[in-house]
Amino acid sequence: MSTTEHIEPVEHSEVVEHGAHGAHHGHDEHVPQDSYFIRIALILAFVTALETSTYWWGDWFDGNLDRVVVPALLIMMAIKFVMIASIFMHLKFDNRLFSWVFYTGLFLAIFVYIVFLATFQFFRS
Amino acid sequence: MADIAVHDVDHAHEHDGYDDHVPHATSTGLSNNKLAMWLFLGSECLLFGGLISTYMLYRGRHENGPGPDQIFDIPLTSVSSFILLMSSLTMVLAVNSAKRKDSRNTNLWLVVTALLGALFVGGQVYEFTAFYNEGLGFTTSLFGSSFYTLTGFHGVHVTLGIIMLLVLVAISRRDRFTGDKAEVVELVGLYWHFVDVVWVIIFTLVYLIPS
Repeated sequence: MSTTEHIEPVEHSEVVEHGAHGAHHGHDEHVPQDSYFIRIALILAFVTALETSTYWWGDWFDGNLDRVVVPALLIMMAIKFVMIASIFMHLKFDNRLFSWVFYTGLFLAIFVYIVFLATFQFFRS
Repeated sequence: MADIAVHDVDHAHEHDGYDDHVPHATSTGLSNNKLAMWLFLGSECLLFGGLISTYMLYRGRHENGPGPDQIFDIPLTSVSSFILLMSSLTMVLAVNSAKRKDSRNTNLWLVVTALLGALFVGGQVYEFTAFYNEGLGFTTSLFGSSFYTLTGFHGVHVTLGIIMLLVLVAISRRDRFTGDKAEVVELVGLYWHFVDVVWVIIFTLVYLIPS
C-alpha cells in the first residue's frame, strides 16, 4: 500500500503541487496559486463597493429602502465573512476540526447575544 | 500491520493536504499551535459579539451629543475598509510565499501588510479626532461610549497585529526561527484575517445599517 494512495487532492482547479517541497516532507502539498487569491480579493472588493453604494440607494431610487437595504447588507456581510474564513484563512483546505472550533465559538456568540438583545427587547418594533 | 499504520497516518491528513508539512506527533495529528490559535479566535468571537451587541443596544442613546447619522463619514470608512481588505490579500500572499520558502517575498508582503494596517489605524485615529471635535467624547453619551469601546478594541487588535508582523519580519531577517517558519507566518496570518473579518461585521452593523 502506497502512502500516496490515500491522500486526496484539494478539490480546486487552481492548485499547484510543489513536488520538490512535498517530497522533502514526505507528501505532496497543494497550494492555491497567488492569482486565485487575487481574484477572490477582487470579488471581495466588488462586494464592498456594492455595500458602500447602499448608503446612496435612498437618494438614487428616491424612497425609504430600509426593508431592502438591511437584508441586502446582511447577506453581503455573510458572503464576505465566509469567503475570508474559508479561503484566506484556509478553512476550506484545512482539517475540519479547525472549522468546528471556530464556528462553534461564532455560533455560540451569535446565540448568546441574540438572547441578550432579546432580553433587552431590542427586536421589538 | 505496517500498511495499517501508514493508512492511519494518511487518514489523519485526508482533509489536511494544504497546511501540514509533517505529521504532528499529537493525539489529533494536527499542530497544537494552530489548534490553539483557532480556539483563541473562537473565544474572540464572544468578546467582539459582546461589544457589537452592546453597541447595537445603545446606538440610539445620544441625547447629549451627536448621533451616528450626524457624524459617520461613510466614504472615508469605506476607503479604510478597502485598505484592510487588501491587507488580507497581502497577508495571504505572504503565507503562500512562506510555504514556498521564498523568504524575500514573505518579508516583502509582511511589510506591505503592516503598512496597510498602519494606514487603517491612521484612518481610525483621524476619524476619532474628527468625531471628538464634533462633540462626541467617550463619556458624552451611551452611543459614544459603546462606539469608542467597540472600534477602539478593534483598533488595538490591528495595532497588535502590526507589531506581530514587524516582529515576524525582524525574526525572519535574522533567521532566528526555532520552529516551522511557514506555520508561524500562517498563525499570524490567521490572527490578521480574523481582525479583518471582524471589521467586515463592524462596517456593516455599525456604519452602514441605518439606525
